[in-house]
Amino acid sequence: MRIVVCVKQVPGTHDAKIDPETKRIIREGIKAVINPFDTYALEAAVQIKEKHGGEVIVTTMGPPRAVTVLREGITVGADRGVLLSDRAFGGSDTWATSYALAKAVEKIGDVDLVICGKQAIDGDTAQVGPGIAAHLGWPQATYVMDVADITKQEIRAKRMHEDGWDLCSIKLPAVITVVKDINQPRVPTLKGRLAAEEKEIPTWSAEDIGADPVLIGLNGSPTRVVETNPPAGRDKKSVVLNGTAQENVRRLLQELRQRSLV
Amino acid sequence: MIANTNETRAEYQHVWVVAEVMGGEIQKVTYELLGAARSLAEARKSEVWCVVLGHGVTAQSESLFHGGADVALVVDDEDFAEFVDEDQADVLTRLIREHKPEIVLCGATTRGRALIPRVAVVANCGLTADCTELGIDPENGDLLQTRPAFGGNIMATIRSADHRPQLATVRPRVMNELEPDTSRKGRLIEESVRPGERNGLKKILEVFTDTENAINLADARFIIAGGRGLRGPEGFRMLKDLAERVHGAVGASRAAVDSGWVPYYHQVGQTGQTVQATVYFACGISGQIQHLVGMQSCDFIIAIDKNPDTPLMQLADVAVVGDLFEIIPALIKELPKT
Ligand SMILES: Cc1cc2nc3c(=O)[nH]c(=O)nc-3n(C[C@H](O)[C@H](O)[C@H](O)COP(=O)(O)OP(=O)(O)OC[C@H]3O[C@@H](n4cnc5c(N)ncnc54)[C@H](O)[C@@H]3O)c2cc1C
Ligand SMILES: Nc1ncnc2c1ncn2[C@@H]1O[C@H](COP(=O)(O)O)[C@@H](O)[C@H]1O
Repeated sequence: MRIVVCVKQVPGTHDAKIDPETKRIIREGIKAVINPFDTYALEAAVQIKEKHGGEVIVTTMGPPRAVTVLREGITVGADRGVLLSDRAFGGSDTWATSYALAKAVEKIGDVDLVICGKQAIDGDTAQVGPGIAAHLGWPQATYVMDVADITKQEIRAKRMHEDGWDLCSIKLPAVITVVKDINQPRVPTLKGRLAAEEKEIPTWSAEDIGADPVLIGLNGSPTRVVETNPPAGRDKKSVVLNGTAQENVRRLLQELRQRSLV
Repeated sequence: MIANTNETRAEYQHVWVVAEVMGGEIQKVTYELLGAARSLAEARKSEVWCVVLGHGVTAQSESLFHGGADVALVVDDEDFAEFVDEDQADVLTRLIREHKPEIVLCGATTRGRALIPRVAVVANCGLTADCTELGIDPENGDLLQTRPAFGGNIMATIRSADHRPQLATVRPRVMNELEPDTSRKGRLIEESVRPGERNGLKKILEVFTDTENAINLADARFIIAGGRGLRGPEGFRMLKDLAERVHGAVGASRAAVDSGWVPYYHQVGQTGQTVQATVYFACGISGQIQHLVGMQSCDFIIAIDKNPDTPLMQLADVAVVGDLFEIIPALIKELPKT
């Protein structure tokens, strides 16, 4: 079983603050981290490998410094990493990103399963996983909360929906994207850290993966961000209820009834 | 499907809404999208089409017309009883090639977000996820798609100038449905799926519909959410009681979910769901940034906390200072079960 895990480097928000003036996240001094959802993808891959054998390859498309998230992947059990980095990838939207990642999966070769996180916390699009599947022409399962079984031919995955779940059997090779329910990511061991430090991680350019220059980066991105704005502020006069419990409840009900909310 | 000359662009017409079907029923979000599509179609002087892939759905076309559709394009097929995204994407892509819509809207639900990215790749067009605002550029007729990025801290406006159709998923409960007009009529086009268009790579083995816990936070009008301040699962039973009385859904902070007091699908925030309720009522949640990004665009925010200085108490429209174990039971007493 050869599994590729796609991880993204995102700005960490652990101690992020919102600028009260601009309503934007203050990014200065915020360090980049692995997209939290991708840690579940990594854990899922490593668990499958531990049970069924094979190899886990972690990959990311990003600037050279994104190599740190690949090392992080190796500390928790990935066997090796591949960094996709090239100025030509700059400005990629989800179409172009999923194309580049699909080309990398082709170049890695003999891949049975690609695992992505449910979504990246900076873009929040959840499009790259299904995009990779579509570029490769593979089936997919998104929002996977449980891998019930996997063989060389098929994977049985439980998909989460708003109204419950369904269990599906998908022919391999395939792409899945995972949600937090699927597992509890392990903590890295010292041995893992050492392995990660020593590991040679190759960087592949657009040419290395045989990407069509027209389909990557800005060229290959059908969408353009034309404008960004802070969200409309809340025009509010807030009310603080500071009395006894009885008083507070009475005032609260008043506030709700005035607005016909109860 | 690159259409960057004005002649090819002109071939792409009409605004499509891809219906959200669950258990054979067309969902509310579809009608919200029809409402949004009507104003776009008016600006573009074109029609609103609703595309329905499902089983036993043809009879529901009437209500689509009442909700604003001019055309219902229906593929009613047993194999669409369950959600097989690859097959639906194939069929949708084929319909797009055949009819050439200018704009395609779909709900930003687990199903919509699985289906539409495949269509975007194969049809080679741009897709903007989770839009909360849509407009038409008066200069060139392009669709202007506005969406929150970075968990709602930035609103980005996105355009896909050279590609048609322009695809967008739209968050539930953001657009307004029209008042149903039972005198509105429309055209029904029934398409059948030709053999060979299915690849059979996925089979649905089992479906579980969670009716007891069926909470669709994204769809809820009233959300009662609890955090670490609730101290345990009993606290959440109290919230559930309150939620039932206001016909609301129960939400939770990650601290409450991680403690095992409520299942993950109640979690609101960066690693949970983003919600847009009319009322968000937070009980014993301090409101760390990862929580706020999931709920700060709710219309009316109420918070109860012993500590008046928490971020959520600062953000709230009504901040109730006090012990939630006194306030909630008192509130429950005042609200009859209906
Ligand atoms: C990468 C990442 C992603 C995350 N994603 C999410 C996410 O999606 N959603 C999320 O919610 N969090 C998320 N978090 C966690 C987040 O940072 C906070 O830890 C969490 O939201 C805190 O939950 P809480 O407000 O319930 O707990 P606390 O911060 O402990 O707040 C409890 C509040 O209850 C009040 N209280 C206690 N007892 C009472 C009482 N009897 N009456 C009234 N008030 C009382 C306290 O004064 C306090 O303000 C994430 C963190 C990280 C690092
Ligand atoms: N630049 C990238 N490199 C590697 N994987 C990525 C990249 N962008 C997105 N992904 C993967 O796709 C998932 C969904 O991302 P998104 O569509 O941006 O929300 C992430 O959880 C990652 O697994």
